[in-house]
Amino acid sequence: MLNIRLYMAQRLSAMVMAPLVLGHIAVMIYAVQGGLSTAEILGRTQGSVWWFLFYGSFVLAVSVHAAIGLRVILHEMTGLRGRWLEVFTCGIGVLLLIMGARAVLAVTFA
Amino acid sequence: MMLKAHRNHPLWLAYMLHRLSGLALALFLPVHFHVLSLALTRPESLDRFLGLADNPGVKLAEFGLVFLLAVHFFGGLRLLALEFLPWSARQKTLAAASIAGAFLISGAFLLQAV
Amino acid sequence: MSDRSKLLEVSVWRGTGDEGAYETFQVPARDNQTVLDVVSWIQQSADPSLTYRYACRVGMCGSCAMMVNGVPRWTCRTHVKRVLRDGALQVGPLRNLPVIKDLAADMDPFFDKWIRAGGVHRPSRSRNDPIQQVPPDDPGRVEANKGIECINCSVCYAACDTVAGNPDYLGPAALQRAWTLYNDAKVEDRQAVLDSVSGAGGCHNCHSQGSCTRFCPNELDPLSAIAGLKRASARSFFRRGE
Ligand code: FES
Repeated sequence: MLNIRLYMAQRLSAMVMAPLVLGHIAVMIYAVQGGLSTAEILGRTQGSVWWFLFYGSFVLAVSVHAAIGLRVILHEMTGLRGRWLEVFTCGIGVLLLIMGARAVLAVTFA
Repeated sequence: MMLKAHRNHPLWLAYMLHRLSGLALALFLPVHFHVLSLALTRPESLDRFLGLADNPGVKLAEFGLVFLLAVHFFGGLRLLALEFLPWSARQKTLAAASIAGAFLISGAFLLQAV
Repeated sequence: MSDRSKLLEVSVWRGTGDEGAYETFQVPARDNQTVLDVVSWIQQSADPSLTYRYACRVGMCGSCAMMVNGVPRWTCRTHVKRVLRDGALQVGPLRNLPVIKDLAADMDPFFDKWIRAGGVHRPSRSRNDPIQQVPPDDPGRVEANKGIECINCSVCYAACDTVAGNPDYLGPAALQRAWTLYNDAKVEDRQAVLDSVSGAGGCHNCHSQGSCTRFCPNELDPLSAIAGLKRASARSFFRRGE
């Protein structure tokens, strides 16, 4: 259930995320050495504009990408279409965006 | 469950792997976001949660998540190359092989370093 | 000569519309025998009411495609020896299409989508204009040539799980046809071709499962044709800004 606009949104968000995913994996490998703690995570990220931009754009792209991906799966599994499919897509996108924004704010500001 | 005959080939399996890893990641995301936002509201419960990471079961789950992310990442690169690079099949195989090779070598290096 | 006493265990789908079941027949094995020969033997020697479809018997008309042991194949060019599993064969109507009766699938949705994808040729010149010269080594012509041997057998359509999950999806054959038109020098309005494959059931729904290319009996490559459409439409998306 994709037209060209949704398709482009899906692929462009994927291209945005490609370098971000690599960065995120690198950070994870670095961060888990010696265990995780709130202080350690916050020490790294809090007050940093760069981490804010990095994870902010990540959240933006992933909300679009995941919402469209789930839309396709839902349509192909259940046959749902029309307005409810649009509602589902937007709902997932907005939900992820809000939750993601909260998470980014929590670790970069505060 | 037996795989239906018309699905029993590498490209279809790659498609299924991409779909399943994507689905799993999408379901994991809200949890991930929620846990991180605990830093804002209840730092002590985030710390307790992060403390769980020493548990071998949690370690395994962590590995699973990184694995899913890597699988979806490479599957996605494969799709982008397939759709946007008008290469011959041979060139694509070579490119995929070199990326996989680079990943293997750098992965081995990382394991050494950690 | 073959061992005359050897028998094949052949289960054949019987029924009309959504209802039916597999019925088993014993068919004499031959040295050289296609799946279509087996089906014909059943109809001629065991049960004259068996319904199926074929015409040319030499892989040109595209009317004999069926599911053979779970895989879509052109039955007139499929040797039994190559697909036999433990001396048994299962033959059913093509997947992803409504069944008329027994082995005959209703091809209407397949051809309707062919037309919806812009498969009808719209000439850019009239009979009064001189004939347009098309150099055979022109890159567009070379690309278009890759898809023109399609015999409309619907094997790719039956193999595709995206068709199964998304009834609007135009499917590999129709999209490959659109790709050959897009590359055809005689087609003037390229954008119209792209527009007809960029809607809700268009080429962007393809998940690159590749079953179309894997099972095409003429060894065509709809997967790459659809990727070509995606590329062309993405380019025009940026050009037009929508
Ligand atoms: S009968 Fe014509 S293609 Fe098989």
